[in-house]
Amino acid sequence: MNLDREALKSKFLNGSLGLTLISIALGFLLGALILLMAGFNPLEAYWVILKGIFSRSKYVSYVIIYATPLIITGLSVAFALRTGLFNIGAEGQYIVGAIMAAAAGYFFKLPLILHVTLAVGLAVIAGAIWGGLAGYIKARFGVHEVISTIMLNWIALYLSNFVVTLSAFGSQGTGKSYAIQSTARINLLSDWKISEAGIEFIRNHKILGDILKTPVNAGFIFAILLAVLVWYILNKTTLGYELRAVGFNPHAAEAGGINVKKSMVYSMVISGGLAGIAGALQVLGVSHRIAKLAAMEGYGFDGIAVSLIGNNTGAGSVLAGLLFGSLKYGGSKIQDAMQAPTEVINIMIGTIILFVAMPKLIRLILTILEKRAKN
Amino acid sequence: MHLTTIDFSQKSVEMIDVVKKFGDFVANDRIRLSVHKGEVHSLLGENGAGKTTLVNCLYGLYRPTEGRILIKGREVTISDPTVAIQLGIGMVHQHFMLVEPFTVTQNIILGRETTKMMGILDLSTAERKVAEISEHYGLAINPRDKIEDISVGSQQRVEILKALYRGAEILILDEPTAVLTPPEIQELVGIIRNLTQEGKSIIIITHKLHEIKQVADYCTIIRRGKYIDTVEVDKVTEMDLASMMVGREVSFAVEKTEQEKGELALAIQDLVVKDNRGIPAVNGLDLELHKGEILGIAGVDGNGQSELVEALTGLRKVDSGVISLHGKEITGSTPKDVINKWNIRTIPDDRQKRGLVLEFDVAENLILETYHDVPFSNRGVLNMEEIYAYGDSCTEKFDIRPSNPYLVAKSLSGGNQQKVIIAREVNNDPEVLIASQPTRGLDVGAIEYVHTALVNQRDRGKAVLLISFELDEVMNVSDRIAVIFEGKIVGVVDAKDVDEHEIGLMMAGGTR
Repeated sequence: MNLDREALKSKFLNGSLGLTLISIALGFLLGALILLMAGFNPLEAYWVILKGIFSRSKYVSYVIIYATPLIITGLSVAFALRTGLFNIGAEGQYIVGAIMAAAAGYFFKLPLILHVTLAVGLAVIAGAIWGGLAGYIKARFGVHEVISTIMLNWIALYLSNFVVTLSAFGSQGTGKSYAIQSTARINLLSDWKISEAGIEFIRNHKILGDILKTPVNAGFIFAILLAVLVWYILNKTTLGYELRAVGFNPHAAEAGGINVKKSMVYSMVISGGLAGIAGALQVLGVSHRIAKLAAMEGYGFDGIAVSLIGNNTGAGSVLAGLLFGSLKYGGSKIQDAMQAPTEVINIMIGTIILFVAMPKLIRLILTILEKRAKN
Repeated sequence: MHLTTIDFSQKSVEMIDVVKKFGDFVANDRIRLSVHKGEVHSLLGENGAGKTTLVNCLYGLYRPTEGRILIKGREVTISDPTVAIQLGIGMVHQHFMLVEPFTVTQNIILGRETTKMMGILDLSTAERKVAEISEHYGLAINPRDKIEDISVGSQQRVEILKALYRGAEILILDEPTAVLTPPEIQELVGIIRNLTQEGKSIIIITHKLHEIKQVADYCTIIRRGKYIDTVEVDKVTEMDLASMMVGREVSFAVEKTEQEKGELALAIQDLVVKDNRGIPAVNGLDLELHKGEILGIAGVDGNGQSELVEALTGLRKVDSGVISLHGKEITGSTPKDVINKWNIRTIPDDRQKRGLVLEFDVAENLILETYHDVPFSNRGVLNMEEIYAYGDSCTEKFDIRPSNPYLVAKSLSGGNQQKVIIAREVNNDPEVLIASQPTRGLDVGAIEYVHTALVNQRDRGKAVLLISFELDEVMNVSDRIAVIFEGKIVGVVDAKDVDEHEIGLMMAGGTR
């Protein structure tokens, strides 16, 4: 029995999941330290955060809404990383996806399912082109994808800011595009919510009504399906086999007859398409329009962190995305409740990533602790 | 010659009952090793016997689970390589640890840069010192050459130079001859002699018995992690060493029946292929390979062998000339066409770089060239059951150990990694099998295995092209021998009626 526990322990500590969980714990520890230094009670702050996430069904709903785009951009970055490519451009691919979804959602008039499919489909194509471009430039001219995707991010940002000034697309001076048609929205029960029966229901059902008060939408379902799809492509298809081979060892892949350059382009096309979906779902489910951006919104960049914490897997991205959503949403509440700076949350997230990136350091800490315990 | 430089009054290294465990696996089980000043001590054992683990303990890469290590009579704890270097221990790894775009000097001073005032790099002083050491020990290294531009043999000498530069008194060489040509090996032997004359101690890991006979004073044999014996090399035969190493009698000769060569399989006419610098490395090469024969290409490293193989496999652009298979031109085919359409398979010289995806498991590596075909996949979807069933059958048929297709290739020993590659390349019964340095770094047992696989392929009436820097291998295995020099074939001879000196002369540019 004792042996079993030992084996389990070593498996846990040597596996990536264990290390990630320890990293998360260390992130919280450091966050507590900083709160303490700033003169706040960390236990109280964490209690506020925890309450801010779980105490009402509305909060949980918001966490999921926050997490949805992060999960998908996380999947996008993870997919490229598995082929050995660092897609910093999820941000830009997200933006072009959002533009396409907003445009398709506003200009077309179609039945619900068709309209959503069209908007998402166009966003996928836009994101795929944006990502594929970086892949192509790398394959053809050897330009590193980090450089090209950073450039493409800025192009996407200014493209977005330009299209909202077009009179056909947005009312002048507001810096916003027109809202998309109701048939392009993926919010759940949005019409029924504002009907008399709906209002009545919300008033009488505390928990469900609470959820319906939020812009609850089908995006999360998309995110889960996409995570499964990513897992399936990577592990069960010949395409995924090729991409992983190239990611691990392009030399051996090439010698085995795999077209390495083509794989790079494919990988970036798929990665970009995923990020494009993230942008589309945000428009179709939450914002319903795009607005002038003063700076990058950061969904794509956060996707890098989500992917890293999630160990570049589908399931990992879902969990890491939810963690991120929780911290971002719940963490914002310490400002109101305690006047504590929400920046602490970003420090915590940064710390977690730092530790995840340093599995050796954590193992070292663990062995030292173990030796101490023995003595 | 042997024993002359040894100072028996001083022990440089003493390892006493060293045990190293990885989990439950005992890699070293109470191993003893004792090396005097000025001694060349060889560590002999099969792949995975635990030689490298032992020297890694000495170099501070691993911490021994039990046992003691004494350096110059003083008990020490070597916690990491920095400590080892301070103690005067240097190591030349089998896989070189060099930064390719850097010059020799830049590589040597890496981590111990000589500086002028304010931390400004002082390259010229370093260069002078490197040149001095190089001259002193006869290493023939130009400190300003870039690593990527010099031959493997020179790269190895740079590694030796690096260790000497850092004041090594005890030098560990991990399979130093695995990548060297016969002349380079002779040079290395000379260098080793110079080193011992200066009172350095050398620990040399190798499985090549005649080299041990030639260069080592003492030999410690390890088998499956256990200490077997330490012998004075002059008092034993190669046969004795081999049977101590594998624990049974072994045969050195390649068993091969006479066979008439068949019709023309692969023909190469006036081939020109440029290397990375744009200089023609293969320069007007003609070669004919027939069915049912093993054609060996003998030559010193860097005479166009790797470029020739890359051109044949489609990995490198052919500048001019014609490659044809069974009379059909296949020049400029993609790697995929070479493999799948023309059924030309290759055992690459660098198995970790070109041969395997180390992070993939054995079964995944076995289908690297056929994953797109039924039954391994159907319309783009992999069939896991078939893939692992195939993995199972291959591990059994080709004796890949441990026999588990789910193991990552990284965790296999070098010999078993090579078996995975051979299984992949041979199991599809290729028309032409190109074997480039197929026994590099392998032990006697594994070499026997590889050679048998090549001969089997020939006996089945297929063509085999063997490229090797080891003349013994070329002469033992081939039916005909083509000598390559400066990108051309300078002579083709029948393996039966040729002697080593004659080929050696041609390899150095002389004609028959």
